[in-house]
Amino acid sequence: MNGLSFDVAHLLAGGLVLISFMMLYQDRLYSLLNIFAMQAVVLALAVAWQAFVQDAPHLYVTALIALVLKAIIIPVALHRTIERLGIHREVETVVGIGLTMLAGIGLVALSLLLMLRVTIGVDALAREDLSFALCVVLLGLLMMVTRRNAVSQIVGFMSLENGLVLAATGAKGMPLVVEISVAFSVLVAFIVIGVFLFRIRERFDTVDVGALHRSRGDSE
Amino acid sequence: MTAFDAIRAVLIIPALAAGLLAALPGYRVTSRINVVASLLTLLAAGSLFFLARPEPGSYLFIDDLNIVFIVLNCFVGFTTSVFSMTYIAHELETGKLTPVYLRFYHAMFQIMMFGMNLAFVSNNIGLMWVAVELATLSTVLMVGIYRTPAALEAAWKYFILGSVGIALALFGTILVYMAAQPVVGEGTDAMVWTVLIQKVSAFDPALLNVAFVFLLLGYGTKVGLAPLHAWLPDAHAEGPTPISAVLSGLLLNVALYALLRFKMLLAANPAAISPGPLMVILGLVSLIFAAFMLYRRRDIKRLFAYSSIEHMGIIVFAFGMGGPLANFAGLLHMVMHSLTKSGIFYAVGHIAQIKGTQRIADIRGLTSTHPWLGWGLVLGVVGIAGLPPLGIFMSEFLVVSSTFARQPLLAIPLVFGLLVAFGALLLRLTGVAFGEPTGSTAPARASYVPMYAHFLLVLGAGFYLPPPLVSWFQNVAGLLG
Amino acid sequence: MALILDLLVQGSQMALVLALAPLLTGFVRKVKARLTRRQGASIIQPYRDLLRLLRKEVVLAQNASWLFRSAPYLIFATTWVAAALVPTFATGLYFSWTADLIALVALLGSARFYQALAGMDVGTSFGGIGSSREVMIASFAEPAMLLTVFTVALVAGSTQLSTIAEVMSSSHVGLRVSLGMALFAMIMVAIAENARIPVDNPATHLELTMVHEAMILEYSGRHLALIEFAASLKLLLYCSLIACIFMPWSLASAEAGPVAYLVGGVVYLGKLVLLGFALAVFETAIAKMRVFRVPQFLGAALMLSLLGTLLLFVSRTL
Repeated sequence: MNGLSFDVAHLLAGGLVLISFMMLYQDRLYSLLNIFAMQAVVLALAVAWQAFVQDAPHLYVTALIALVLKAIIIPVALHRTIERLGIHREVETVVGIGLTMLAGIGLVALSLLLMLRVTIGVDALAREDLSFALCVVLLGLLMMVTRRNAVSQIVGFMSLENGLVLAATGAKGMPLVVEISVAFSVLVAFIVIGVFLFRIRERFDTVDVGALHRSRGDSE
Repeated sequence: MTAFDAIRAVLIIPALAAGLLAALPGYRVTSRINVVASLLTLLAAGSLFFLARPEPGSYLFIDDLNIVFIVLNCFVGFTTSVFSMTYIAHELETGKLTPVYLRFYHAMFQIMMFGMNLAFVSNNIGLMWVAVELATLSTVLMVGIYRTPAALEAAWKYFILGSVGIALALFGTILVYMAAQPVVGEGTDAMVWTVLIQKVSAFDPALLNVAFVFLLLGYGTKVGLAPLHAWLPDAHAEGPTPISAVLSGLLLNVALYALLRFKMLLAANPAAISPGPLMVILGLVSLIFAAFMLYRRRDIKRLFAYSSIEHMGIIVFAFGMGGPLANFAGLLHMVMHSLTKSGIFYAVGHIAQIKGTQRIADIRGLTSTHPWLGWGLVLGVVGIAGLPPLGIFMSEFLVVSSTFARQPLLAIPLVFGLLVAFGALLLRLTGVAFGEPTGSTAPARASYVPMYAHFLLVLGAGFYLPPPLVSWFQNVAGLLG
Repeated sequence: MALILDLLVQGSQMALVLALAPLLTGFVRKVKARLTRRQGASIIQPYRDLLRLLRKEVVLAQNASWLFRSAPYLIFATTWVAAALVPTFATGLYFSWTADLIALVALLGSARFYQALAGMDVGTSFGGIGSSREVMIASFAEPAMLLTVFTVALVAGSTQLSTIAEVMSSSHVGLRVSLGMALFAMIMVAIAENARIPVDNPATHLELTMVHEAMILEYSGRHLALIEFAASLKLLLYCSLIACIFMPWSLASAEAGPVAYLVGGVVYLGKLVLLGFALAVFETAIAKMRVFRVPQFLGAALMLSLLGTLLLFVSRTL
């Protein structure tokens, strides 16, 4: 049983890392969103599995939030936004995809090295969860840094947040996990979608953050 | 009435006021409600000094350290609400803000106060994280409130960098929990700060080290430390000036406070790395970097935003040095900086409104056209540059002298940075305050009281610090280790 | 006596791959045809093609050197050896000690080397384009393949296919992300190596998109038959390899009786049908990508295998 429970957790968490890479690989916004939704589903499964293994029913709530909000509502809303703005073609990247992938591999190696070394005293399940979670966090960061488009930056941020939720659920018995995931999801969803995208569209008809740089106050 | 009631009042008043302000229309009423609510919060915070302290709960607690922060927070919050009355009235007249956004602005102001107060009184590192997040997000919304391209870009940048910071901080928090869990046991107790500090010596040092690095990067982004500061100047320059005042004066302190709490944890574990050197390096880098950046500023609010980075660098440096004297200096400097910098922003806000521009080149000869504002700004800049007899001179002097006593080599870059910043600020000041007046000379409708109240406090502190305050600060400095 | 028997079993495997290879190619073609609602050629059409080509006269370019003439034999020989080494219905055969994954990669690499040389030998521009593209693809596919081998070898503690198959079929391997990634990487490499869609189109005669076909444009008669045969063998090889590593069920172990061999053989046929069917469906569903996108595709395979190797360190042995 113990072996199996570890294997499933390992598979799901590793799947999250893999999906993060798939997101880095995408060059279309629609497929990026689809893959993000997939990551949310896998996250929900991973959290639900943790809830089952740790016998912590409140984690099912977190899983449900991940499933409903991140796998359905946010992707659909972003989908609509993209449709209305007509920007589905290209994801503008700052550096090439190949280089990004290599950097991603480097980050994964780094986080595995780091987390495995410092968590020697912790039990294997949490150890593995934490190292994968850090990978997802760092890959999300990488995505935010290497993409110019506001929508893909949001997706990067949400994938980063997925990593955090994974870490929080992996830490056995951590209090406030549900609250934190609620705070994160609701605030991010509202702020990002409600305010920023609509305003940015209203003002510039573009969500390319690079275009915003022209309107800097200080650089004359 | 016990201290717990006071803590609750400090939280409940802003929360209720936020709801009320979101519901009520009209500028006259709401801006006054805003002031009254801030005043009540300040009174509740002040009463914390006199009431008996309760046992720390698992979510809220009060000790010598956070009282200082809360009172400072509520005081500056109150004066800012007074300042914002006249400031926002002008914005409404010129049509930069619509009544709908005004409602939103007031509600967000109170939510931000709530978030910051919650961060200070929370005894739970998870709750503290949520509170810092809340305060940040509310300021993000306020930075973008003008909806100009520049404001949106500033808010976006702030949001992205702030979220990255907050995410790293959460990861660090989770790691602290992981370190605590084997010793303290599962559940809420492993996130309660007062429990952690008692048992921290038995925690796994490797985990704590990594956790602190994440926390330093995460909360350090919010403090505005150098490599992660990019959001700060934009956010200050593009938002409403009252928000610039609270950003510099208060929000940076919130992140700093969180950092200090974790620094205390690390310092109490003998096997963990000493957090001091990391903070010293980050502080020095911020100080010197910001000092040089001051020379190239053309926007007056950006100028003072970089000055905030510089001063946060000094404060982090002082706390990184540690020891009773440096900690004392750091605390004092933090208080003095909050008061002076928000005072300066009050002045700058009115000046920018009168002149209709934030470009330094277009603002000249203020002392002859608007003597109250002009001389107020002179006083503030003289203070922030660290000239005697104002309070910042004293705290900077303490920082430098304590550094000379212990690490003379570190004092050289410190003094160098201070002098560079000093030169830049005075250079800019002479142009703005003196010379041939330019731009509008229309009489100012400004509220001078908050600004001069701050400056007088700073001036007074330069001459005389009351002994109870000194002993209180010494006590806190001892706590910080 | 035992030696003779062992040699017999080994020999039957060598004959088996030879006999099955065109059949697999024919099967894939048939399924593809049916999926696009065509009747399609008969499943045994590849055999007929090979026979027809063998009977035809060889036409050589005037400036073709000995390299051009000998390359088909070399290609066929190395590919056949490689294909015959991979365990099909049984592990632990007489020559299984040579069935090393790295040796396999090396054998296939040398076959490709001869082919690229032969493509350039006559000096036509298409041959040159084909060779250069082939080598470009190989420069991505081979590292990916080696890293996959590395992952699998780390799990199994050996690079010998028989040992790997035994370890994989035992219960204590468990679910591993790394192996999943290795599987995907290997499939991607297999697609590229066998010149299948989306990397190359095995049925194309459009010069600009050709890779593999461009290299063998100058061949005819029995030379062409050998090269086509080698291509079929390579497809079979990759299918058996994937079957052997990732679905090692019902592989007869060494010294098992004829019944076990028979069962292994039937199951092997089933696996081939499954893989061939999957390949046909995949090829029908996807469009060929531009040549310039191929490095990205294979880069993904490389990345997957690298990731798989990395993630091995976060496994149950923690």
